[in-house]
Amino acid sequence: MVPWFSWSAAIFFVAGLYLGFFVAPTDVQQGEAYRIMFIHVPASILSMFIYLVMAGYAALGLIFNTRLSSMMASALAPTGALLAFLSLWTGALWGKPMWGSWWVWDARLTSELILLFLYIGFIALHASIEDPRRADRASALLAIIGSVNVPIIYFSVQWWNTLHQGATIKFTGTSMHEVMQQGLLAMLLAVWLYAIAMTLIRVRSIILERESKTQWVAELMEVKR
Amino acid sequence: MSWAEFFAMNGYAWYVWGSYGMVLLVFLIEIVMVRHRRARILQQILLMRDEGGD
Amino acid sequence: MNQLSLLGLISLVVRRDLVLAMRRRADVLTTLIFFVMVVSLFPLGVGPEMEMLRKMAPGLVWVSALLASMLSLGRMFSADYLDGTLEQMMLAPQSLAIVVLSKVLAHWMVSGFPLVIIAPVLGMQFDMSAQALWVLMITLLLGTPILSVIGAAGAALTLGLRGGGALVSLLVLPLCIPVLIFGAGAVESVVSGINAGSNLALLGAILVMALAFMPWITAHALRISLE
Repeated sequence: MVPWFSWSAAIFFVAGLYLGFFVAPTDVQQGEAYRIMFIHVPASILSMFIYLVMAGYAALGLIFNTRLSSMMASALAPTGALLAFLSLWTGALWGKPMWGSWWVWDARLTSELILLFLYIGFIALHASIEDPRRADRASALLAIIGSVNVPIIYFSVQWWNTLHQGATIKFTGTSMHEVMQQGLLAMLLAVWLYAIAMTLIRVRSIILERESKTQWVAELMEVKR
Repeated sequence: MSWAEFFAMNGYAWYVWGSYGMVLLVFLIEIVMVRHRRARILQQILLMRDEGGD
Repeated sequence: MNQLSLLGLISLVVRRDLVLAMRRRADVLTTLIFFVMVVSLFPLGVGPEMEMLRKMAPGLVWVSALLASMLSLGRMFSADYLDGTLEQMMLAPQSLAIVVLSKVLAHWMVSGFPLVIIAPVLGMQFDMSAQALWVLMITLLLGTPILSVIGAAGAALTLGLRGGGALVSLLVLPLCIPVLIFGAGAVESVVSGINAGSNLALLGAILVMALAFMPWITAHALRISLE
């Protein structure tokens, strides 16, 4: 199953990048730099989406005591965190030529930073607890608290931002050129499939790690031999 | 667009390629880490199994 | 113990915690002194120019209060955890959430409320007007309980773990950001002449929601940590 996701991801990446770089026209206001959008936007969207999925799996694990759910949550976290980081990095590099500074304290970027902190907290808490069951359940609770808080945090940051009037990120005028939209969509799918692929491989490792002492794992190696 | 223009990105080269470069780097690092983790656990299991005595 | 009314339970737990805290007064004072020190450190770091300090003052005092609150969180449950009292509390028929709420109250009385009292003194270092100082106190009065009650969940999740204060802060600080924004924002609006009402209202709303939900969540976290 994993190869299917990996290859689809690769195909969409190629398609998206081709559309984004070669077919889409130069933006009137932002010049060539706007092409960063094709990775910045998918990274942002996915980092938020993954957090919600992660919290969802975590909640399932907490409520129904299903171990696999918790393992999925743990598997999603690093990918989500890395995407949040990429969102910030590409956002900064997009911001510098556009608005003259590496960082703009606008609502979205600041919320993305906080999201990164939430991811790191989740990973850190899970890593600090030795007992896997307690680790799963504690970080699950944290993820749930976090996801409930995210709307509150986003709202408060927006509030904070409108008072300290700073630059606001706007897209290319009114509507986006159709080719840009297609490129964006392709890249979005590409990153999504990539994230799924990474998560699946990771969860397989986690399963093996947790179940390493069991019969079926021993036999699995048997089959491989 | 010629190749030269493509790389220059109208003066925004550092930003655009800095972004995509980091993306590529992060993706590569992630892939390596994930595969390494899997290889490590598989190796551990093999070791355990052999020690368990066949 | 079974005949304990709600108020009776709360006063029992609060009184016990206060007595225990009084026995270790040094812990209590460290939080306060930390607050004062951090506030004083900022001018040393950014320069004594009054104009700039006056502008930064609300956020500065608030961030320092936030950090000072984080410091004291570890103490909320650890003593009871170590001597087994926490387990007893969890086994008792009384609602664990109410016990948590009481402990949070005691913790706030000892660690949060002193910050509220001393804040005006610190605010004067930054040439804040009387009205601004007043609003500062109110925001801290509303905000520090929120910090305590959110921090309680963090303390419960990290019970007994190494990494101590840093880990709790890492988990809790992102969740406290709205409190910081509205708290400092309220003071800042007074300074710039706008009405602080909306910020204060939002702060109050967060307080009510936090008091309603966090004790219950913290009780859950305690169960997770103690199994």
